[in-house]
Amino acid sequence: MTNNEMKAVRAHSASGSLGEILCLSSLFAGTVINTVCKFAKHSILTLAASSLLLAVAPTLRAQTIGVSIPAATHGWAGGLNFHAEQTKARLEAANPGLKVVLVTANSASEQANDLEDLVAIHRMDALVILPFESAPLTGPVRNTKRRGVFVTVVDRGLSEPGIHDVYVAGNNAEMGRVSGEYIKERLDGNGKIVVLRGMPTVIDEQRFDGFMLALEGSNIEVLDDQYANWNRDDGFTVMQDFLSRFSEIDAVWAQDDDIAIGVIQAVRQARRQEELFIVGGGGMKDIVKRVLDGDELTPVDVLYPPSMISTAMELTALKLISDTPIEGEYILGSPLITRENAEDYYFPDSPF
Amino acid sequence: MTKIDFKTAGPFIALVALFILGIFVNDAFLSAGNVSNILARSSFIGIVAIGATFVITTGGIDLSVGSMAAFISGCMILLMNALMATIDSLVTIIFLAIVASAAIGGLAGMINGLLTTKAKIEAFIVTLGTMGIYRSLVTYMADGGTLSLNFTLGDVYSEVYYGTLFGLPYPVWVFLAVAVIGYVLLNMTVFGRHCFAVGSNESVAHYSAINVDRVKTATYILQGLCVSIATIIYVPRLGSASGQTGILWELEAIAAVIIGGTMLKGGYGRIGGTVVGALILTLIGNILNLTDAVSNYLNGAVQGVIVIVAVYLQRGAWRAKN
Repeated sequence: MTNNEMKAVRAHSASGSLGEILCLSSLFAGTVINTVCKFAKHSILTLAASSLLLAVAPTLRAQTIGVSIPAATHGWAGGLNFHAEQTKARLEAANPGLKVVLVTANSASEQANDLEDLVAIHRMDALVILPFESAPLTGPVRNTKRRGVFVTVVDRGLSEPGIHDVYVAGNNAEMGRVSGEYIKERLDGNGKIVVLRGMPTVIDEQRFDGFMLALEGSNIEVLDDQYANWNRDDGFTVMQDFLSRFSEIDAVWAQDDDIAIGVIQAVRQARRQEELFIVGGGGMKDIVKRVLDGDELTPVDVLYPPSMISTAMELTALKLISDTPIEGEYILGSPLITRENAEDYYFPDSPF
Repeated sequence: MTKIDFKTAGPFIALVALFILGIFVNDAFLSAGNVSNILARSSFIGIVAIGATFVITTGGIDLSVGSMAAFISGCMILLMNALMATIDSLVTIIFLAIVASAAIGGLAGMINGLLTTKAKIEAFIVTLGTMGIYRSLVTYMADGGTLSLNFTLGDVYSEVYYGTLFGLPYPVWVFLAVAVIGYVLLNMTVFGRHCFAVGSNESVAHYSAINVDRVKTATYILQGLCVSIATIIYVPRLGSASGQTGILWELEAIAAVIIGGTMLKGGYGRIGGTVVGALILTLIGNILNLTDAVSNYLNGAVQGVIVIVAVYLQRGAWRAKN
């Protein structure tokens, strides 16, 4: 979900390679501007880091956690950054000897550069990373590990086993399964539904397979499934076309809350709100609010929290400040958000 | 046997062929709802593409239109939400946002134009830079998330996209109006003739006492205004703007212009062709959604093939004539 931009070029391109060249050039231009800003940021951060070290030198050595995540280019990533910043503030306030350095990247190569800087300039003791892409980041993370850094990987695993010390992730297959089970139960095993998918990636496949597995054995007919690219506009146009095509739809699996918002608008335009209900995914505050308010059109949501970065950061901090054993894999559940428990999952300040 | 002039008729033939394909693929294609949807959807790219026709005719290019649209939407939403506290009349708020949109669009276009003409930087580079700037700005304004329009405002404003006049959605009427104005401007005014001249040969135009810089800047401002108009109709559709808004609009607009017959190198422009080009692009997406005969993974491939074929049909004969 977080490499929207790169994949958008390939999935969307109506003008072939020209589109790829132009988009790559734009990423390059963005990287140039970003690098200039980062240079300034680094100088300031180095100054800050060294002054902190000087301040606490006689009493205890400052521990540093480096956090490397994708930049906030869209909803889920925005939420990710929000929770990362909140957790950084919380950890630094609670632990005076702890320093958290948060860096964001717009691409896999930029992230690899960030890792090198975190090791060389900030001399981090532990790393929390959400890789932009699994394969290109495996090598750099392995190198970081060799320098004696404690490694926590979030959401997207590395291509090779045995590198990470801790792995925190959501459960895509379960997300699909929970959605499928809800729809099956609500429709009593009988009905026609349409499915809007994300982008053609592994995450989308896992969710879709989990969903279809949950529907097995029932009489629910999936009329069609199309890619909506985790995008409101595409959710809108795809749903509009589904509504033109199918006169009878009982439920919609939108898989993602951004898509769900587009779907809601299309359904309202066609005035078919009474006929169906929508199941989204992710836990976006707008949808959770609807669930909380008892909206018939969106009765539930399924959690896939960007706040998993908080879990990862807190666990890593625990490792640095105490002897608590935390090595292992933590798979966060994807619970169904209903009217009863929506209050727990509502973050009105988050951009997601 | 009459020789079909593919240069002018090419795009129309492609459009008709796609239409027939659509009917063949699914009966729902010809339903009033579907046709209305297609026309409304094509208006965004269509309006932007009409502005692009002017820019490309004079030999320039504007890659920043998608990001500009995202930025203007973001500004409009922030402005409208902020005005909710001070002004009571919802219609006034919307009107003010529309004026602001036109101002920002015109200004952005002027910046592009001035940087290209006065600073003498390549249009490709200027608009590549502004593309990055506007998109980052809107992402910054939205904190990486999405800017949402206040619901009460959204309900009133949504009429602009979802309402109809004599059965056709408002966006289609706006598209039609912009197309007519564009056609008149390009083909029946001195300014239009200057655009053709500048695009064909800048030096000759310059020696013919045409203010080349002013003509080029004017086309960029026109493009900016077209983006504003498209944004004004776009915002009420979903009532939100984010870093993901308007992605690849620039490429779709340019594709629409080229499919329509305008030459990328400049000197020749066809508004009518642009309109057809925009319709073709929207039709392709719609047809692919109406059928599951083509694997989802190949949607991009189908679009690419159709675009290439459409342009080839239209260019092949041109080269033969020459």
